[in-house]
Parts: sequence; structure tokens; C-alpha cells
Amino acid sequence: MPKKELNILLKARKICKSFGNFVANQNIDISIAKGQIHALLGENGAGKSTLVKIFYGVLQPDSGSIEINNQKISITSPNIARKNGIGMVFQHFSLFPALTVAENILIALDNKIKFSEVVNKITKLSKEWELFIDPLKLVSELSVGEKQRVEIIRCLMQNPNLLIMDEPTSVLTPQEIKNLFKILKRLASSGCSILYISHKLEEIIELADKVTILKSGKSIETIDAKKTTTNFLAEKMVGKKITQLKKNIKTNSKNIAFEVKNLNKQKDHEFGISLTNINLQVNYGEILGVAGIAGNGQVELMEILSGEINCKNNDQILLDKLPIGKANINERRKLGIETIPEERTFHATVPNLTLSENTFLTYFFKYSNTKSWITNLLNNPQNSLDESKTIVKNNDVRCPETNPLASQLSGGNLQKFILGRSLANNPKVAIFSQPTWGVDIGAATAIRQKLLDLSQSGKAVILISQDLEEIFELSDKICVINEGFLSEIFDVREITATDVGLLMGGKNRENQKMDPIK
Amino acid sequence: MITFIPRDKVSKNWIIIAPILSIFFTIFFGLLIFTFLGYNPLETLYQIFVSPFSRIDRISDILVKACPLIIIGTGLMLCFKSNVWNIGAEGQFIMGALLAGFIALSFPNIETKFFLLITILAGFVGGALWAFIPAILKTKLNVNEILVSLMLVYVAMLFIDFIVRGPLRDPMSFGFPLSKPYPEGALINKIPFPGIGFLGQLHYGILFVFLLVPVSWIFVNKTLGGFKINVLGSAPQAAKFAGFKRNSITITVLLLSGGLAGVAGVIEVSANIGQLQPEVSFDYGFTAIIVAFLGRLSPVGILFAGIIIATVKLGADNAQMTMGIPKVVTGLFEGILLFFLLTGETLQKYKIKWSEGKK
Amino acid sequence: MEALILTIIATSIPLLLAAIGELIAEKSGILNLGVEGMMLSGAVGALGAVLWLENPYYGIIAGALSGVLMASIFSAFTINFMTNQVATGLGLTIFATGLTGLAGAPLVGKTIPSLPKIEIFLLSDIPLFGNILFKQDFVAYLSIAIIIFTSLFLKYSKSGIILRAVGDDHQSAHSVGYPVKKIRWYATCFGGMCAGIGGAYIPLVLTPHWSEGMTAGRGWIALALVVFASWIPWRIIVGALIFGGITIAQLVGQARGWAIPSQLLSMMPYIATIIALTMISGRLSKNNSVVPSSLGKPFFGSQ
Repeated sequence: MPKKELNILLKARKICKSFGNFVANQNIDISIAKGQIHALLGENGAGKSTLVKIFYGVLQPDSGSIEINNQKISITSPNIARKNGIGMVFQHFSLFPALTVAENILIALDNKIKFSEVVNKITKLSKEWELFIDPLKLVSELSVGEKQRVEIIRCLMQNPNLLIMDEPTSVLTPQEIKNLFKILKRLASSGCSILYISHKLEEIIELADKVTILKSGKSIETIDAKKTTTNFLAEKMVGKKITQLKKNIKTNSKNIAFEVKNLNKQKDHEFGISLTNINLQVNYGEILGVAGIAGNGQVELMEILSGEINCKNNDQILLDKLPIGKANINERRKLGIETIPEERTFHATVPNLTLSENTFLTYFFKYSNTKSWITNLLNNPQNSLDESKTIVKNNDVRCPETNPLASQLSGGNLQKFILGRSLANNPKVAIFSQPTWGVDIGAATAIRQKLLDLSQSGKAVILISQDLEEIFELSDKICVINEGFLSEIFDVREITATDVGLLMGGKNRENQKMDPIK
Repeated sequence: MITFIPRDKVSKNWIIIAPILSIFFTIFFGLLIFTFLGYNPLETLYQIFVSPFSRIDRISDILVKACPLIIIGTGLMLCFKSNVWNIGAEGQFIMGALLAGFIALSFPNIETKFFLLITILAGFVGGALWAFIPAILKTKLNVNEILVSLMLVYVAMLFIDFIVRGPLRDPMSFGFPLSKPYPEGALINKIPFPGIGFLGQLHYGILFVFLLVPVSWIFVNKTLGGFKINVLGSAPQAAKFAGFKRNSITITVLLLSGGLAGVAGVIEVSANIGQLQPEVSFDYGFTAIIVAFLGRLSPVGILFAGIIIATVKLGADNAQMTMGIPKVVTGLFEGILLFFLLTGETLQKYKIKWSEGKK
Repeated sequence: MEALILTIIATSIPLLLAAIGELIAEKSGILNLGVEGMMLSGAVGALGAVLWLENPYYGIIAGALSGVLMASIFSAFTINFMTNQVATGLGLTIFATGLTGLAGAPLVGKTIPSLPKIEIFLLSDIPLFGNILFKQDFVAYLSIAIIIFTSLFLKYSKSGIILRAVGDDHQSAHSVGYPVKKIRWYATCFGGMCAGIGGAYIPLVLTPHWSEGMTAGRGWIALALVVFASWIPWRIIVGALIFGGITIAQLVGQARGWAIPSQLLSMMPYIATIIALTMISGRLSKNNSVVPSSLGKPFFGSQ
């Protein structure tokens, strides 16, 4: 008979879970005390999400046991998790855009309850916790921050004992993060435990009581979050010293490389974002960071900067002062503009094609032009075999075999390949969207260094990222995108993270922003 | 409980094993149904799968039957590869045959076989025009091509019925809904073999298949056009990133598949019928869908698939004559075969893991 | 005139039933192109049952069961084996055409009694529309009941909201804890049941004997009706009546010897379908929230 631990809410022993050959969780032990904020720290792919999905019943462990209040239980579905007082806010949300807020919340409640009652309760809770939301609005009409409020209210409706939050701050402005932390601390002091997943070190030190560090599916250590430093956590998380970026002092040129003027673009589907009066310019030798929370028009902006969609007027985009707004994506490539979209698979690459075929994807036009008609006719992926090998070699892309399918590469290696494919064309202007999103720290550092090197060699770089740290670390100038509007451009030395945060929340467009219901 | 685990790489053997296994499963379940409905399973099996091979002229008839299936299937392959669901090949077949027939009957005395080039071209145009309707509606107005192409099958069937009973009816046909016979120049002859004579109905139209298979193989595997189709089908966003134009690819594959279906219509009528009649296609357009899938959307695969399905069709004809089984029964086999082929596709991407249910 | 309206209603009922069933399936995210096949099975099932048991009401039950059987085959492959829904639906129709041809062969040439009309006491005596609305057969009343039921179910019941949620985002539905596959099985089988009854109605009321492929594309028109109705149940009634009207109009035209050739008149329902789809699709592409977002996408479970 193991001794009873009265203040322990959830205790997991030797949790194992694998997907095919990939081991996501290996003998993980963790215990969460009542009323504590317990952080789960680890890199992408360390197994954090898998572990909490097991706690919430979305996944079943291969082996291991879970106890709640010293009672062994098996959480075979989210319903059972909720019955045991566990609530979860998902990283990518588990909401239904075509349903209203109240309908979304209703279907996650296990007890019988009338629709009107749900609406009343939502109104009450949203006042009590300052999570303002209109229960009768469609979720598709909400901003990302509001969607998170819906998820939190949905959990609060059940009076949870344990609230799991999977990377909640990646979609929030610094101000919204502060509010969220206030709510979480208030929840914890009212007795609800919080399991908080993040890879952001400062957050964890600010918020958490305890922190468990995961690395490659194993739990490394659980330590007191109040008595540690970010450096210590970082080294534990990565397992080695992190190489610092080399940022040389450089003299920015005054030559404008790339310019966008008065660009407007109506959204082409209901869930899209309209771009409104976009103006930006970037000089040679400079990195322009475009900050903003995902879903504020970055995808639409990227489409139009890359040339996947052409501008209405040719002079809305200028390269070296020459109008190119109507040039398509391949014409822009030939002119020296390289872009990398946010989605690595299915957009930047085709997963079921080989690397040489994926090289051919953006290189094919190089092999036609001057040659004879028969080579033109038989222009096929064989042509890019050598180039793809060079890309793999020069960019340290680790492949399981020669010329593998894109789907066989890890996220970081695939991104190195994509970056290498673009940079091998020696572009004048490079436009990258979320280049380090979801890759491990090693690859992220390498990619960031590549961007710095690129600008130091005199190229113009536009970096669209939702990672504010990354923006400040790399950029010379910063602007912010919010609901399709682009702020003016600031020098990085003249603006603080707080200011950027306010812009991310839409503060310079008071009249555009909808007031939360009172 | 069954769970599916993704494979990171497709196993090469499975690509060949899956269709063969599917055929075996199909025969097994087909026979089960026959037994259940009170037919003698062994005799059915013999009639459908063995009797078509029993004589050399029957074997050549398999090729004759396979000919339109392979031609249409090759066109459909291009559509399905790019995720465009043209299921109206039957209508495109009819309209191709009809337009070619109209041209042929307009020159009643023409004898030179070069005229065939014109009628085949007319067939291509007729089929392509019929496929252009769903193509333009899909690309301009986002109308579902499945329903439009299918509705047009019914329209085409009624239209040819109207034409051969009305404007193009031969006054000498004693009231039968038949057009005048084609002129010599519009007919495709049977192939004479020295010392043997004719082998069943084997005709020169088969040469088109021997031309089409290598050409389509080169197109799919060795040209930019084939690559574009492949990318659009597997990742439309990536096609955009590569600067491939979705709408023009969609229109092209629909026109090509409609055109090929039309050519199949011309060859079928010119070689086997010699005049227009209300029924010119015997579900070739629908059967070719199965052929395209059984051939795993590859030109060489479709060649073999066409022959296999043609065998079953001929076998069903035999079964109807000897056992009184309605010949629509081929649909039964085709349907089951398609189910198993599609399942094979899933198993190619996923491994099955049996685990004990934990409840 | 009254007889004409009654025929139009009778013609539209198979379409209406098949379409409302497909609507429910599509709301759960399943695109079943096998409606034509399920209707055919319903028709042959009903014919067989009535000939055997000599009671038209058994025809309705047999039709429903045949439809559900076909829908189960479809579900097993698309939901459990994650096969492509478009291709599987086509396969189902091809399969059912063959199967019903085989099963229907012994029934050729036999005629069955028609489904009796049920008069609703007093109401059927109301002048003008009493006979039209309150002297109908059981299936006609049933189909109206099903439309009303599905309308209310989708809008107000928790199960209905869950069904829509599954069709909207199956991954989220799974995360919240709903059995996506099971819900889709039910929805598809409901669709099969409706299509089966719709198919049964054809021999039970319209043409009382078997002929191969006797549904004549009604299943495909029903699929188009769902788009036409923008996934809103009551609009299916409107659509079905319009198509019933067009079908009858061309029959009347043929009977009265209009100068237009009969084949061209017979094309009207199919051409009308294309025109209706074209008109609706232009609007839908701008306002795509009515189309269930997960429609046609396979659900792989959690990873």
C-alpha cells in the first residue's frame, strides 16, 4: 500500500506512448499538487503535448498508470477526464467555427442543461473572470484571443480541479498574456491546479511553482521554478550549451530594395482577412520584422508578396524602384525575390515527392528557355537531381537515404532544405514566414544565423514571425500586422516589446477594434 | 480494436500486391453473393473468368473490348491524378461518336482512309466540348464537376437518341432508329492475319492504344505537364507556390479526358457498328473509372486493368447467354473490386495494428 | 389540376427523402455519392418484399433496410478503412446497379399493388387542398415528418449540434471527446434509410414493376438538391417540388404532343439540375460557412 499523499491531485507513473517507431513518451513520472501551477517545459517534439493528451483522454498510453486523488483511474476519453475534474485548453483549439460560442460550450458539457441556461452561465462567468465574450456569436467571427477565452470558459463551466493549458501564449499579445497570467494565478489560489505547457523560459519562471523538464520523450527533472534561472532551464531543456547568434555591427545601406505601396486586397473567402492599405519598404542589408499574432493577414500578405496572387496594379510592388506587382511568382524568382511560406508540407514542399522533385518544383523554369525543343518537352524532375544533392550537402540536411521523400525528413531538416533551396538562387530579397516555427532549437539557431548572414551580405530580408523574441533578436526594423492592417515601420532601437504588443492588439486603430461586451 | 499507423515510406511490393489481392477478394465475395442468390458459383466463375480465354478469337475480342476502356481510362487517369472528378466520360464518349458520325455521314462517298484522321479529330473535339461544360463551370463558378459531368451523361444519351430517331435517321431503315451506314473512308477495318484471316473482331483501332500507352507514360513521367498534374493532385497549395495555374490544369485534363473518351467513341462505332444507333456505348465510360483505379492511375497499369475488366465484361456476356445471368452483374464485380482497391490504397499508407480493446 | 399537383408531389417524394438523408450525412462530414445505388437497392428490396409478403407496408421496411445495408458497406470502407469518399460512393452505385440487376432479374414482369392513400379524418374534406395535403400515402406523411424532425434536430437538439460539430471540425470533435466515427456511421445509415425508402417509393407508387436502373438518375439529382438547398432542410421541399414539377411538365408535354421532341423534353430535369447548381454555387463560393468544413475528408483518429 503506497502512502497517501493528501496534497497531490494527479500522479502519473511510467507513462509510455509510441507512434509506430517514434517514442513520444518514455517512462514519464510526474505529480501535480493541488492549487499549484506546474509547468511542463520542453522543445518541440519533446513529448509535452502527447503527455497532456493522455491526461485528457484524447490518447491512450501504451503503459503506465494515472492516479487522481490517490485513486487509480484509466482516462479512456475526454468525457471521463472531465468527470474527474480535468479541463484542457488546446494549442490549436478544439472549437467549431460554424457553431456559436454557446453551442460550442454546450456540447462540451456532460450534464443535461438547457441552452438558455448555458447562455446565462457564460455571461456570468465571463463577467466574473473578465473573459468578455458574446455567447451568440459564431466562433468563426472571433479573434484568436477571443477563441482562447471561449476555451477557458468552457473549462470553467465544469469547475475543474486541474486545468491543462497547451502553449496558450503563442497566440496572445504581451498584454493578453499578462491578463491570462492574472486569471491563472487567481484560479490556482482558488484551489485549481494548472498544468502549463510552454517552451518559453521567462513565462515559466514568472508563472509556475514547479517545472518538469521533458527531453526526447523522457522527464529529465522536476525543480522549483522560483529558485531557478532561464539559463539553467535552457541548458536542461536542450541538453547542451546553446550557441549564441553572431550579430556583427553593420552599416545599413540607404538603398531601398523592395517596396509595397498602398496595397489593398479583399478577402476571397469568408474566413480570410482583407489587406488594407499596406505600405512597407526594406533596404539592402536590412532585416524587416513583421510581428503579429497568427491569423491577422500574414498568409494573405505572403501570397501577394510572393506573387502567388498578383496585385491589381503593377506599381503596388517595386523592386529596385521598378514595378513588379503583376509579375507572377516565377517571374519574381527570376528577378531575385525568394519566398518561404509558413506551411512546410503541402505548401513549400509536396510530402509524397522526393527532394529532387521538390527542388524541381521551384527550379523547373531554369531548365527550359535556351535549350532545344526536345529538352524543353522532356523537362522533368531528373534535371534537378544534382542541384538537390548540392542543397542537401551545403545545408546539413540529414536524410535517412539518398533523395528521400520530403515526408521522411524531420521538421527542422525539411526547413533547412527549403531554406537552402531558396538561398541557392542567390536572391536579392528574401521573404520568410515563420521560418523557425515548430523546429528544434538547434535547427532554429542555424536558420536564424542564416538570416543574419544573409542581411550582412547585403541582401534585403523580410521576416514574418509571431515569435516576438525572434523578431527583436534579428530585425533592424519592425512593423506589426493586425487584422490586415500594417503599422508604420519602427527602428528596433526606438520601440519596446510593450509597444509592439499594443500594436499586435490593434491599439493604433481604436475605431476598428470592437469593444468587448460589458 | 484496430488502429492505423502511418508508414513513412510506401512499400514498393505493395503497389503490385494490392491489386492482385483485391482481385482475389473480389472473386471470393462475388461468388459468395452468387451462391446466396442461388446461382452455381463454379459455373459462374468459369463463364466469367475462364471462358473468355477458351478460344483465340475470343482472346482477340478481349482486346477489342479493352480498347475503349484503356483509351477512356487513360484520360480519366489525368483527371483523377489532379483531383478532378470527371465521371461523365460516358457522355463524352457518346458526343464524340456523334460528332464524328455527323461528319462521316456528311461525306457519303468518301473512300480514302485518311478521312479517319478527320473523324477521329472530330470525335476528340466532340468529347472535349462536352467536357468543357463542367470544366468552365468548375473553374469560373466553382460548380461541382461530379454532378455536372454526370447530368450531361443523361443529356447525351437522350440527345443521340433524338438524333438517330430524327435528323440522322436513315429513311431506308424500316423504322429502326439507325443512321445510314458510314462511308468506306470512315470505317476501321479488321486486321487480316496472313494464313489465319481475321481474329474475331480485332481491328486497326487497337493501334491507337499501342500509341497512346507509351505517349501517356512519357507525358506523365517525363514532362512538366505530367509533373504539374501530379503536384496539383497531391498538394494544391504547393502547385500555387510553384506558379502552376490550377484552373488551366483543370481545364486541360478535362478537355484531354473528354477528348480521349470521344476518340474511344469514334473507334468503337467505326470499327464495330458502322453506323449511329441509340446505344453506342455499353457503359464504357463508367467502367473506365474502375479501369483507371485498378491500373493505379498509371498508363501501364491501365493497359493491364483494361484487359482484365474487358475479360470480365465478355465473361458476363457469356454468362448471360449460357446461364441467364443479367450482364449488369459486371457492376457487382467492379464495385467490390473498387472497394478493395481503395482499401489497398489506405493500407499502403498505413500499417494496421490490432490491439486488445481496453474498455 | 388537382391530379396534376398530386402527381408532382408523388414524383418529388423520392427526391425529397433521398436528399434529406444525404443532407444529414453531409452535415456529419460524409459525402456519399452512392445515393443512386442506395435508392436502387431500396426499390428492388421493396419489390421483393411486397411480392413475397403481399403487403405494401413491408415494402417500406424492406426498402429502408436495403438502404441501410448499402450505407453500412459505404461506412465500413470510408469511415473505418478511410477510403476516398468520392470513389467509394461511385463504387457503391456501380456495385448496387449490378447487385439489383441480379436480384431483380426474377422479378421482371411482375406487378405489385400500390401503397394505399390515408385520409385524415375531416381535414381531407377541406375544399381545394384537402385532398392534396390530407389524402396522401404513408410515405408522403413520413417524409414531411422527417423534414420537420431533421430541421428541429439540427437546430435545437444537443445531438444535432454535435452532428454539425463533427462535420465542421472532426479533429476538434475528437478532442472534445465525441466518437467521430460512430456518429458518422449513424448519419450515413440514416441517409441510407431515407434513400432506401425513397427508392422503395418508386415501385410502390410510381411504376409498380422492376426495370434495371429504374431510379434513372434520381439519386444524383438528390445530391444536387442538397447543394441547391444550401444544406437547409426545408429548402429541400422547395427544390424537390420544382424538380417534380419539371419532370411532370415534360411528361405532360409529351402526352399532349408538344412540338418539341420527347427526348429534348426528357433532358429538362438534368439540365435544370445543372442550371440550379450553377446558380447556387456562385453564391456558395462567397459564403462557404454553410458547407460542412470536413465534408469528404477522411478522419484518421488521433496522432
